[in-house]
Amino acid sequence: MLETALVDWSRLQFALTAGYHWLFVPLTLGLAVIMATMETVYVATGDEFWKRTAKFWMKLFAINFSVGIATGIILEFEFGTNFSNYSWFVGDIFGAPLAIEGIFAFFMEATFFAVMYFGWEKVSKRFHLASTWLTGIGAAISAVWILVANSWMQHPVGMEFNPDTVRHEMVDFWALVLNPVAISKFFHSVFIGWMTGAIFVIGISCWYLLKRRETRFALASIRIAAMVGIIGTFAVMFSGDSSGVHVAEYQPMKLAAAEGLEDGGERAPFSIVPGVEVPAMLSILATHDADGYVPGINDLLDGYTTPDGVHHLSADEKIERGKIALEAFGEYRALKDTDPEAAAIARQRLDENVDYFGYGYINSKEELVPPVGLVYWAFRVMIGLGSLLLVLMIAVLWAERKAKLRNMRWLLWAALCSIPLVYIAGQAGWIVAEVGRQPWVIEGLLPVKAAVSSVSVAAVQTTFWLFVAIFTLFLAIEIRILLKAIKQGPQIE
Amino acid sequence: MITYEFLQNYWWFLISLLAGLLVFLLFVQGGNALIFLAGRSERERELILNSTGRKWELTFTTLVTFGGAFFASFPLFYSTSFGGAYWVWVLILITFVLQAVSYEFQGKAGNILGKTTFRVFLTLNGCLAPLLIGTAVGTFFTGSAFYVDKSAVGVIAAPTISRWANGWHGLEAVANPFNVEFGLMVMLLTVSLGAMYLINNIDDDKLAQQLRRSLVYSFGLFLVMFVVVLGQILTMDGFAVNASGEVYMESYKYLQNFLSMPVVLALLLIGAVLVVAGVATTLLRKGFTRGIWLSGPGTVLAVMALFMVVGYNDTSYYPSTADLSASLTLANSSSSEFTLRTMAIVSLIIPFVLAYIAYFWRQMDKRSLTTEELEKGDKY
Repeated sequence: MLETALVDWSRLQFALTAGYHWLFVPLTLGLAVIMATMETVYVATGDEFWKRTAKFWMKLFAINFSVGIATGIILEFEFGTNFSNYSWFVGDIFGAPLAIEGIFAFFMEATFFAVMYFGWEKVSKRFHLASTWLTGIGAAISAVWILVANSWMQHPVGMEFNPDTVRHEMVDFWALVLNPVAISKFFHSVFIGWMTGAIFVIGISCWYLLKRRETRFALASIRIAAMVGIIGTFAVMFSGDSSGVHVAEYQPMKLAAAEGLEDGGERAPFSIVPGVEVPAMLSILATHDADGYVPGINDLLDGYTTPDGVHHLSADEKIERGKIALEAFGEYRALKDTDPEAAAIARQRLDENVDYFGYGYINSKEELVPPVGLVYWAFRVMIGLGSLLLVLMIAVLWAERKAKLRNMRWLLWAALCSIPLVYIAGQAGWIVAEVGRQPWVIEGLLPVKAAVSSVSVAAVQTTFWLFVAIFTLFLAIEIRILLKAIKQGPQIE
Repeated sequence: MITYEFLQNYWWFLISLLAGLLVFLLFVQGGNALIFLAGRSERERELILNSTGRKWELTFTTLVTFGGAFFASFPLFYSTSFGGAYWVWVLILITFVLQAVSYEFQGKAGNILGKTTFRVFLTLNGCLAPLLIGTAVGTFFTGSAFYVDKSAVGVIAAPTISRWANGWHGLEAVANPFNVEFGLMVMLLTVSLGAMYLINNIDDDKLAQQLRRSLVYSFGLFLVMFVVVLGQILTMDGFAVNASGEVYMESYKYLQNFLSMPVVLALLLIGAVLVVAGVATTLLRKGFTRGIWLSGPGTVLAVMALFMVVGYNDTSYYPSTADLSASLTLANSSSSEFTLRTMAIVSLIIPFVLAYIAYFWRQMDKRSLTTEELEKGDKY
């Protein structure tokens, strides 16, 4: 019998690992661009100041990088250890991007990171600069492939179900790679990295300004970081906008949860906070049309008809068709060797209902609604903090240009305090994307509860707490080492 | 003609190659096992961990890629073994997780646990990771207790395909001496490789002397284990597959595999000769430091041969002792033809990746590591 506790603990363990991983990755993606830009200035001008500036940020980069690697390896293997059914059911598609990520991205990161970190005296200046950029590009390429994999879970494309092998099989590799969800997710995630790196650098630099030390270093770092951050934030907004449209199209329940929208319709309002709404705004965001139809949670559960006359099945109808699919699958498997004719009939029934296969595991329609409160508030936190951070970066850049920044202590304090905010925003975004798609591990095809490994609840609890202890300890150590290193400073002046 | 079967064999070849490269690159772990044994002073310990510390990410990445490639090409192994032998894989992972942060953290102010703790983590990973990985690979020959029922997917209340047959979830592998011997063999080999890598990579006479002494012990013990393990492989019953895919026990299966695949036998022999030659030359010829460049490639070949002998020639590479019919073969556990074909095209990039790694490796290691470099340059 499937244990609810096993499903919950497996899910929690994955959430923990992914959440921690996503603490370290954005800084890697963003800081890479900032320090590579600094080193580029060094190579272009020959000014040692820039070399030392870049090297200081590289030192912080390396400390953070290692924890990202540590959490990342667990993520990859957890698909096998805790979601073994998933690994077979869709491994034919999902394994490929993971393997490609290793071959294309990780070796690049590993090779050029070593050159970047230890190669200052061993390779030429230009060669070293190339290595620094390639480390960052390697990280971005890794993001491409892991997000291709993730996006396929959110919007599965390019595959067919094969009841003989009992799995989905890839039929179109390029559909997988060029999945529109993957493209917007890639830009969204990478540019969140730029934002994170920028706020990190700006915040720390502002601390030096508050302490009235390392002034040249701090101002120079702020100039570059603020530019990267502002470009990044606009790109986050654009990619977020297209992400929204994709969610509306492919995962309407996630959107309804993120909006707390119970009853939808045309000219759906956008909720800023409960009770404060902008009329028709949600329709504009979700469909790029003020009259666009956005279904609410109740519409999705009870079934609805869009203005173009298309009827969308209710949850109960989907569940029923899912049960038919599962039953037909069982019949086909039982009969295929003994009674080919009856098996062919079962096969046809399966094919007709296969799109609802995952719904067959759902017991009641309530299971199909993700935790609305959490997703709703996470969405608001993400957008609210993101906007605040944009304003802050523009203010910092403006003040720096006007040579006023050093004396605007309130702004320096605000920038310093914004470092945790950018992480909270990132985690909130992750919650919207990943909690918002529950109960599905693959949208519509496989709920989490049919994906887990058959291990004991106690085993998963043990590893969960073990990982909590290890990751938390690593995080605490990383923060402490970073603080010490920052306190010591680049010591340029 | 590139058939489905050809692709399955091709991907098993790549898995074997990655396994071979991984064991070679585990010289990082082997070297770290010697931090306290061969490194007597702080200076020597720093030299050792800074030497392996410039390569550890390659080893780590090879492990991750090995996992990813296995997932992409033989997903039933990924789901059955990882989800079943839960504790073995979790333990392996944890040792690598501890390693991943330890280089960076050990020498930094504010690291809470202190320098020695992180070096102990490196040593732990150095000993345990090869031992556990080796033990896990030992089960490729001896089998594991699991069931596979793909039709379970249709059972709403219990849709899990692969189930482990006991509550030990992989830990029971140590009950079979062969698996443990296999693990010890891999560990002792990686320690020997580590010693030779450090001799080659570090320019320090005193440390080199201590490393040579470690090499004598580790390689001596390795030879004993190698003979014990190989003797068993050549005489044990193996898991054979007949034309209709049924798995059955066959006497001297692996010996027969070697005999019917002379190329694989040759790989094993050439590999073994190279491994021995590297060590022997290092120990016998004074001032010879390039042993790793003989024993390393030898390791790659020998490991490849062992993977091939357990996967090719109608053999089950991941047999089930609980239910022979559940045993995994290249044919019944692989990805679809389309996926294998697509990934085969992707794999054409591998020689290029290997080439740039080799190129930058040479660039970075033109000069051996010295105390002076650590004093003035960047170090962990």
